[in-house]
Amino acid sequence: MDEILILGKEFKSKIDSADSTIKIEQIKSEAFGKKGKISELFKKVPTLQGDERKNFALSVNNLKDNINNLIISKLNQFEQKEINKKLSSDKVDITLPGRPISFGKIHPITQVIDEVTAIFGEIGFSVAEGPDVENEYNNFTALNTPPHHPARDMHDTFYLDENKETLLRTHTSPVQIRTMLSSKPPFKIIAPGRTYRCDSDQTHTPMFHQVEGLHIDKNINMGHLKGVLDYFIKKFFEVDKIKMRFRPSHFPFTEPSAEVDIGYELKDGRVVIGEGNKWLEILGCGMVHPNVLKNCKINTSIYQGYAFGIGIDRLAMLKYGINDLRSFFETDVRWLEHFGFDPLDIPSNYRGYSR
Amino acid sequence: MKITYSWLKDHLTTNAKIDEITSTLNNIGLEVESIGEENKNSSFLVAKIIKAEKHPNADKLKLCTVDLGSGKKSNVVCGASNARDGLLTVYAGPGAVIPKKQLKIKVTNIRGVDSYGMLCSASELSVANESDGIIELDKNKFKIGENYFTSNIEPAIDIAITPNRGDCLAVRGIARDLSAAGKGKLSPLKEVKLKHVLKNPFKIFIEKNSGCFAFSHCYIEGVKNVESPKWLKEKLLSIGLKPISAIVDATNYIMIDLNRPLHAYDSDKIKKNIIIRSSKKNEKFHALDQNTYLLNDEACLITNENEILGLGGVIGGDSSSVSMSTKNILLESALFDPIRISKIAKKLGINSEAKFRFERGVDFNDMVYGLKLSAEIIQKLCGGKVSNIVAEGQKSFIEKKIKFNLEKFKSIVGNSIASKEAKKILTNLGFKIKDNKDTFIITVPSWRGDIHEEVDIVEELIRIRGYDKIELINPTLVNHSQILNEKQKLVRFLQRSIANQGFMETVTYSFTNSKIDTLFVENNKNLNIINPISNDLNVLRSSIFSNLLIHLKNNINRNFEDQKIFECGPTFYGPKSGQQKSVIGAVQIGKIYKKSWLEKDKEVDIFDVKNYLLKTFIELGIQEKNLFIRQESEDYFHPGKSGKLYLNSKSGLILASFGEFNPKILKELDIKQMPIFGFEIYIDQIPLENCKIRINKSKYEVSNFQKVERDFAFIIDQKFEAEKIITTLLSINNKLIKNIRVFDVFQGGNISSDKKSIALNFVIQSLTKTLTEKEIEELSQKIVQTMKKTFDATLRS
Repeated sequence: MDEILILGKEFKSKIDSADSTIKIEQIKSEAFGKKGKISELFKKVPTLQGDERKNFALSVNNLKDNINNLIISKLNQFEQKEINKKLSSDKVDITLPGRPISFGKIHPITQVIDEVTAIFGEIGFSVAEGPDVENEYNNFTALNTPPHHPARDMHDTFYLDENKETLLRTHTSPVQIRTMLSSKPPFKIIAPGRTYRCDSDQTHTPMFHQVEGLHIDKNINMGHLKGVLDYFIKKFFEVDKIKMRFRPSHFPFTEPSAEVDIGYELKDGRVVIGEGNKWLEILGCGMVHPNVLKNCKINTSIYQGYAFGIGIDRLAMLKYGINDLRSFFETDVRWLEHFGFDPLDIPSNYRGYSR
Repeated sequence: MKITYSWLKDHLTTNAKIDEITSTLNNIGLEVESIGEENKNSSFLVAKIIKAEKHPNADKLKLCTVDLGSGKKSNVVCGASNARDGLLTVYAGPGAVIPKKQLKIKVTNIRGVDSYGMLCSASELSVANESDGIIELDKNKFKIGENYFTSNIEPAIDIAITPNRGDCLAVRGIARDLSAAGKGKLSPLKEVKLKHVLKNPFKIFIEKNSGCFAFSHCYIEGVKNVESPKWLKEKLLSIGLKPISAIVDATNYIMIDLNRPLHAYDSDKIKKNIIIRSSKKNEKFHALDQNTYLLNDEACLITNENEILGLGGVIGGDSSSVSMSTKNILLESALFDPIRISKIAKKLGINSEAKFRFERGVDFNDMVYGLKLSAEIIQKLCGGKVSNIVAEGQKSFIEKKIKFNLEKFKSIVGNSIASKEAKKILTNLGFKIKDNKDTFIITVPSWRGDIHEEVDIVEELIRIRGYDKIELINPTLVNHSQILNEKQKLVRFLQRSIANQGFMETVTYSFTNSKIDTLFVENNKNLNIINPISNDLNVLRSSIFSNLLIHLKNNINRNFEDQKIFECGPTFYGPKSGQQKSVIGAVQIGKIYKKSWLEKDKEVDIFDVKNYLLKTFIELGIQEKNLFIRQESEDYFHPGKSGKLYLNSKSGLILASFGEFNPKILKELDIKQMPIFGFEIYIDQIPLENCKIRINKSKYEVSNFQKVERDFAFIIDQKFEAEKIITTLLSINNKLIKNIRVFDVFQGGNISSDKKSIALNFVIQSLTKTLTEKEIEELSQKIVQTMKKTFDATLRS
């Protein structure tokens, strides 16, 4: 038995003093190899009898397990050391810049159209569209603006022929006509898009954007119009309270007509929409004129409703603090970078209309 | 339309304060655009030139040091020859607006010397028509430092009158609306006490279809045209009209007061027989604005036998105009066809006050009254004897009647109005009402040509009652699936997909420079805009690339060499409505990696651009195996480095084109930086049913059996395209060959010049079993054989 104890001590001290994996491997074969010292002890077992044999076998097995465990733990130590060594030599300067990140952007006009669509979509509006080139009839005459009506002078129109029959639409209102002529009431649409007027200065560009709204059904009145616009403006500007003023105005295609102002104040040079005591005109609207409905073959004794037109560029300027309308169309990459939106920012009711 | 509070009071008895008046005007649809700043006159000061020296850098300019009183001095550069030491004149400081040209004074640097303001001439101050040099003031009448303009000129209230409200182009009309809104009482019209002591010697003949409905006139003999009295001059000045002479000022006064345009002729310069007729084509007319106009056959002319005296309702003639020496006058008050006026004025480009008013409608019943009133004023100011009044043409106004039910109000507005309130509002506005319970028979007053039907009456009622009384009805939330149709969803998806690949979205004008647009699409001449805003925006764009490259170049000039920009919008292929396509265009220039320690500089190449397209279409839901590239070119692309993307087969729908821009095009555009790449997606071509991922996705099948990879390199004729090779090889056994990758393409070396080496990696896997060596070997043989048979390709050894 002493033999086993001595052997145990001998191997333990050898393992303790081993300083490399190779040495441990040597010790391992010295102990467990074919002619290893512990292997030799196992060979002795069959030569013994009874309790002696039993006790001896147990002791040799214990020795085997102990030495084995010591070897494994020593090998683990070496492995850890090796890994630590590798890790410390593998270090990089993590503060070095990585590959350049490039971001694409969505233009504010696109973003605001999506916001407007999400808001009106929730209260039952669908999106309708129409062509940029319109005929004179859809743009004016059908909208109760006959030739030589002074209201035509208020739209500086781009014409495509000398007879002034085809033109670039001066507003999105012809989409009303197209929508009503192509289907049957009720109608509940918005029509965002490009519009054109022959006007260019600090606050006007020859192209700009509008969103038209049209709601024709039974029993639709000015109260509904007020309600829808109040809802839209609160949602769009993300405020709970809004000061809104309806002022009588005139558009040939609505009667009664109104212009809508919203209250604002200037805080640190920024327009803050809400309850300030200054007024800002943001849209025109009214009850669709019976002549317009008649032009679209709609029975005015059953159906009536409202229409509105909002400047999209204006909305974008107000909400996102953009001062210069002309900058929208100049493709200055610095501007696009600054005012553009992340393509993943898709306006929706559950993730928010804007961030 | 400008008015003043005191002028308003000529027609309105009121205690309302000015801000109460302006807020009421806004509430009833007469939008107040501005209220003249009272202190604007304080920027014109009486000043004395202390010293006038020659400008160091200009012979004709002088450097004046002026005394502005209370110890203030200023330096002004002045070009007037009479600027001299000691002169008392008028100084306009920075911020002042010169009345004549509405020019705002700023501090400016004139030939190297800063000038703080301006010394003004009499005409610049609108106190004389013409003047020489700066104004010279009398030392005994003016004091240094005082305001030059006495500030008793009232602030003007500028109101934007909508085109339907011709009646409010009169001070009286505005007063009437205010009285209806409860801000005072409308005064009765002034009674005209005029003695007609002469017989009117003029004979007027109105031809049929002349464009003149009625013409009234009177003759005043022995007038002495003078400068208007102070009250009249101030009245006109207060609303920005320049006083001319008593006769002209009196007619202008009536025009503003009642919206009744009048015209005075020097009757010694015209014959007594006046014919009103249509113009003849190519007739010439010399107007009092000193322009000669070439007429068409649409104008309404006031003529003598051989001479045109005036363009009816638009502008008078020069030869018959009133001057200070005029002794006898013919005074005209007429009614012209608004459409004829609108047409001819637009054609000739004349924008007169009279035209503006006739276009928007004048009150028939004011025609004779306005004539009498003006005759009375002229007689009072200039003396003379007045003839009887003669009116030709339409004799009386045909009244319009509208049947109106109060239910209509409720139906349009949402809440109801009491009969009593409705009657009060309408009566105050001048409507006459016969009522039977809730149904009114309403007679429309002669000045309200804009009222035609029930809804017009509703507007009058709610306008005066106040839009704030409309009760808001909250919208209800609606759950509906079709906010956007499939096409609209597609467009919006594409925009964000492209942006997500690092492109900046832009929005550019739908028109562009025709010279640049023709580089992309020839024969776009018929897309010309007749009245373009400028020569470089003179045509509807037929290519999405025209503006993108113009702006790309601008950005290069801003020192941005690496750019990725795109636009989603229309291009046009014809001038008719609907001849437009919906496209996305994108352009890219420069480096993908630049001065990075990780990667070498990498310029964008054609395969980057191709990948953007593929990625976007795959994202859209079209499977990669259904996308085919054909090496073919648009003329504006490099013929060797461009292609088109097809759906389903190489003869399928063209979804997009892409390529490197042809250097010739870039040369025309004067862009020196190259290469530039672009792609265009033809949105209208994309079949919507191909984008339904849920439906188009193939069955979920994966194999858990071992997959093997095999590499082959072939020597093959140059002409064979990689895509063709791959599709051919895939078709050998598309159940086993999962994927083929090209990992090397090589030309040159020991390979003959008409051949190339192409190295392919095959992924081979069965869904049903582990393939044996034999099976793999068989497949490999087949690959080699197919390459030989189809392309005469040999394995590279």
